[in-house]
Amino acid sequence: MSKAPRSRRAIVLDPADHVATALVPLAAGQVVDGITLAADIPAGHKFARRAIPTGTPVLKYGQPIGRATTPITPGQHVHTHNLISARAGSGN
Amino acid sequence: MTPPIVFPGYPRPDGTAGTRNILLVLPTVACSAHVATQIAQAVPGAIALPHQHGCAQIGDDADTTLRTLAGIASNPNIAAVLVVALGCEQVQATDLAHAVRQAGKPVETLGIQQAGGTSAAITRGAALLQQLAAQVADQRREPCPLDRLILATECGGSDAFSGLTANPLVGLIADRAVDAGATVIVSETTEFIGAEHLLPPRGATPEIGRQARQMVIDCENTCCRYGADLTGSNPSPGNIEGGLTTIEEKSLGCLCKAGSSPINQVLPYAQRPTTHGLVLMDTPGNDVESTAGMAAGGASLILFTTGRGTPLGCPIAPVLKIATNTPLATHMAENIDFNAGLIADGKLSMDKAADALWQLTLAVAAGRLTAAERLGHREFGIRRTAPTL
Repeated sequence: MSKAPRSRRAIVLDPADHVATALVPLAAGQVVDGITLAADIPAGHKFARRAIPTGTPVLKYGQPIGRATTPITPGQHVHTHNLISARAGSGN
Repeated sequence: MTPPIVFPGYPRPDGTAGTRNILLVLPTVACSAHVATQIAQAVPGAIALPHQHGCAQIGDDADTTLRTLAGIASNPNIAAVLVVALGCEQVQATDLAHAVRQAGKPVETLGIQQAGGTSAAITRGAALLQQLAAQVADQRREPCPLDRLILATECGGSDAFSGLTANPLVGLIADRAVDAGATVIVSETTEFIGAEHLLPPRGATPEIGRQARQMVIDCENTCCRYGADLTGSNPSPGNIEGGLTTIEEKSLGCLCKAGSSPINQVLPYAQRPTTHGLVLMDTPGNDVESTAGMAAGGASLILFTTGRGTPLGCPIAPVLKIATNTPLATHMAENIDFNAGLIADGKLSMDKAADALWQLTLAVAAGRLTAAERLGHREFGIRRTAPTL
């Protein structure tokens, strides 16, 4: 974690990650690390830092955390409405 | 060479050391839970362990219950045990008493049917418990090296901060404890799903690494065998509200608790480790059953991270509660022992936080009461692997 790029408002855990995690509540329209937020992002929640096509494994911690179920554009909230688990019977 | 780190604990004949010195009243079966609870009131500080099990169980499920109860009775925090039986049940008092004797501790047994009913059993049990209390009355804390300590880790009511603050912090504590010679148990197999590929390189041997990965695959297959998925269960609604979207994401954060030490052993539920260092135990993600399994495996102190606010305690071991975020540490202050949210706030470095939590861990091992202890939390549940028949 200590080596991950970090700002006070959001954190990216691995350079390969598609998502950043909000450390504080963020509002739609705010620009965070050069990305304009398309939605309010509660603390702890994720937003896209790059475009993610449908079906693509979404990376956090440099590891896949599921698949995108819709095209996701930078700044969008990434959560249960557009990301699904690929494991334990989910996402099939 | 630096001298070994010691803590004031209760040394036990089996080579472990307790962080508490508990007189335990242990029912063999649900039917003797009420009598056990009444008997425990005869000695201040004695703890009864009511549970729902002990009869009409089959195969591995029956074995798991017996192993859990025997493990709890043999835990380093237990000074002496009164086993309270009904008389006709599946779990036999003699088996539990044997486990306690093997651990080198005083034990007595009592049967409700043999005693002639509830009131007679309570009267007889109270007298036996007084005798046991007298036998251990002179036990005092002594300096114990950390290789006598079995530490457990758990995350419950996780949020997205768990994998950013409290879990990596507990991982650093796990590394320090392992370096000091302790045994550290990491559990919650469900919450390795999606991170199991990171386990094989961590095995002290290729076989241990293979076992670790297989344990997770078996857990995932169990879920799939029910024709179900983990939706709505894991991550839970609270996890999701806290920013965790999938089991993979939760697992990658959960695994941070394991620090960076090699995995020396992979254990079934409620099994005592036979090695020092980092070990994995196969438990459900359910916090109550997981902590009970690790306590049955000999854990005498549990480090517990929470993002949503889980007040859980353990009847026989202190649970040190670590908040993953500052709003929780403020909102549920009475339930929290340490605020790892300060790391995300930029107010405390991970290393400084590790220094502070390490000192607090040693203080709790030495007797400092945790929030869960002060508030009287004693949640306990045994993993089931088959239906009651």
